[in-house]
Amino acid sequence: MPHRTFMSFIWPSALAMLLFIALPIVSVAVQSLFVAHEQVFVAVENCGPFGCTTVQKIDPQATAALREAQPLGQFNGLGTYLNRNHLASAEISQAWDSRTGVGEFISKVLNLPFYKALSFTLTYTFVVTPFVIILGFFVALAVNRLPSFFKGPTIFVSLLPMIVTPLVGSLILFWMIDADGVIGGTLQLIFDNPDLSLKASPTLTWITLIVYGVWHSAPFSFIVFYAGLQTVPQDTLESAMVDGANRWEQVRYVIVPHLLPLVVFISLMQLMDNFRVFEPIISFSAEASATSLSWIIYNDLRGTDGNILFGSAAATSLLTIIGVCILLTPVLIRTWRAHGARA
Amino acid sequence: MNILSKMALIGAVAIAGSSSAFAGCGITSGSVRIIANDFPASQAVTAEAMKCDGNGASVTVNLNKDYKDLIVAAMTANPAEYTTSHATNSTLVSLMNDDLVRPLNDYVAKYGQGIAKSQLITVDGNVMAIAFMANAQHLFYRQDILDAAGVGIPASYDDVLAAAKAIKSKGLMDYPIAGTYKAGWNLGEEFVNMYLGHGGSFFKSGSAEPAINNAKGVATLNMMKALSEYMNPDFLTHDSNAVQASWEAGNVAMTNLWGSRAGAVTDGEGSTADIENNTKFASAPTAAGGSTPASTLWWDGFAIARNISDADAEATFKAIMVGISPEMAKANVDKANWLMDGVPARAAGVGVIATAKGAALPYPMLPYMGALHGAAGSELADFLQGKETAEQALADIEAAYRAAAKEKGFL
Repeated sequence: MPHRTFMSFIWPSALAMLLFIALPIVSVAVQSLFVAHEQVFVAVENCGPFGCTTVQKIDPQATAALREAQPLGQFNGLGTYLNRNHLASAEISQAWDSRTGVGEFISKVLNLPFYKALSFTLTYTFVVTPFVIILGFFVALAVNRLPSFFKGPTIFVSLLPMIVTPLVGSLILFWMIDADGVIGGTLQLIFDNPDLSLKASPTLTWITLIVYGVWHSAPFSFIVFYAGLQTVPQDTLESAMVDGANRWEQVRYVIVPHLLPLVVFISLMQLMDNFRVFEPIISFSAEASATSLSWIIYNDLRGTDGNILFGSAAATSLLTIIGVCILLTPVLIRTWRAHGARA
Repeated sequence: MNILSKMALIGAVAIAGSSSAFAGCGITSGSVRIIANDFPASQAVTAEAMKCDGNGASVTVNLNKDYKDLIVAAMTANPAEYTTSHATNSTLVSLMNDDLVRPLNDYVAKYGQGIAKSQLITVDGNVMAIAFMANAQHLFYRQDILDAAGVGIPASYDDVLAAAKAIKSKGLMDYPIAGTYKAGWNLGEEFVNMYLGHGGSFFKSGSAEPAINNAKGVATLNMMKALSEYMNPDFLTHDSNAVQASWEAGNVAMTNLWGSRAGAVTDGEGSTADIENNTKFASAPTAAGGSTPASTLWWDGFAIARNISDADAEATFKAIMVGISPEMAKANVDKANWLMDGVPARAAGVGVIATAKGAALPYPMLPYMGALHGAAGSELADFLQGKETAEQALADIEAAYRAAAKEKGFL
């Protein structure tokens, strides 16, 4: 394709990306460098149905004047990135200096909100992604061998977990795993433990979220692999059969190499999606045991009683973007090299 | 935060009805846009205000359990998305922090006949909100279970623990206590209640410096942990809706729950007659040998946006006056502890009144209280799961609060 044709083809979407993705990210980056002005307090008398008390109140006029002068707030540089609720540089170096052992240091680090969230986010990403790829692959192989009469309905049913909105799907499961729910009740019977609760301990909550993640994403990898299976060269397969390859060897030496590029594609998609895990944490009310980077952003933007932390949310957003870039780098390098070899 | 309100994240549903014009409203122009929390009393108030719709004026209502997460952004817009917002001790402060609500003195003088003095929320001499009901968390107990266990009505949290022990050892219930301990706002609120019951103060006097890492704080956390040992293991996921459901299912004998739920558990719906007849209310228990109930007093009311035209503000005030009229309260006696004059007391309201008579403190109206509340709500889960000591949890709350308070310019 000549460059000109390519440019005329791409410019509308490039413009849209610039306007709706790149510029907002720049704005978020700018906001993350600022914090609110120092509030000016005045002591006032506050009366209501329960009597009067003297309380501190923000002086609106003084604050408004400060805001007029500097609408963005005070410049704080990387202060928000390094404070305790994010990278916690001071807390980490203090924990390192006063460490009594590696385990104790790690537990101190994991007590900090950002690293606690990061630990679940990474665990979720690196457990769910391979499981999704493997499960999707085997489901695709199985569906591919079905008689054509059953294929359509089976594909439809297999896709259901992906069709259901994450918030709704995880909410339904949350009710089902309740001690009074069908899954929770069955598990208590199986393990003969009336106190067993998937919502009570952090370990079980993590497992629940990971199982949900695999259940929700497997259809995506299944459908990609299933499409790929339709393109496997039949003559290669037949010659493998003539050479006496059994079914497993056919899969290993013909099908898997053929589908390898798809594995890269699914890994890319899944790493990105799973690193931004969010909905199941909300639906499973799992904040006590599992938080993720996206959940921290949501929590800062929701605030408590109007204490919305835009700077905090902006900093975490950028750290998430950086995290995604780091995760994708090895996969992208691999793809780049593969393309280079072909060229 | 409950299931329905999460749905509301995806799209809040504005309920705009169109009933016939109401002659007594006296509003013939202007746009009234109300956002309010979603519970029986607020439904009654806003339904009454909706009667002003038509006849040249438009009244719309958005009932949303997560209203407090929406109002600051909605009122910051100019013109504001809503002309009036449900306000409480804590949410009024969040609106005043950004100077988003207007003083109501002139409107009260002009159209406020019949407002009881206790309904006026005045800050520095300015009326900033009109309250319509009082609310507090207080003790709900099951008379039949306490009788079977041979214990009296618990007056203190030590009594609650002793009663729970008796109930459990007699095999009456596995988890006799329930609590709104869901990580986040609910858990923070339970900490606030218990810490005040222990006689603690949150900040160094007259400043935003936190002061909770002390012996009272440790005693507070240890009491919360002791209570949680008699709760269903899922307690960190339980909000008011979940506790109400467990109560109505008959799984719980004692809980410290909102007065606004007292009507709902005795309304003949969602439970059995046997459970409902034995559901009784009392003052919130005291703690650590103190005499004040470990609870906070709340008022619910309305504040009016600053960023709207004066005409809309006036129409809004009139519509609210209709919504919170004594007549409305008399028609809905059982839904709340109304503050209006001349409304008979409701049977289910005894817990709130007893808690207020016991001199429980109102929820602190301080600009930086929300930040501390939020820090407590997110940092206490580790302690209750047994992952860290009480001192460490308190230090964590203070550290998380400091980081947030610095960002908001409080420190």
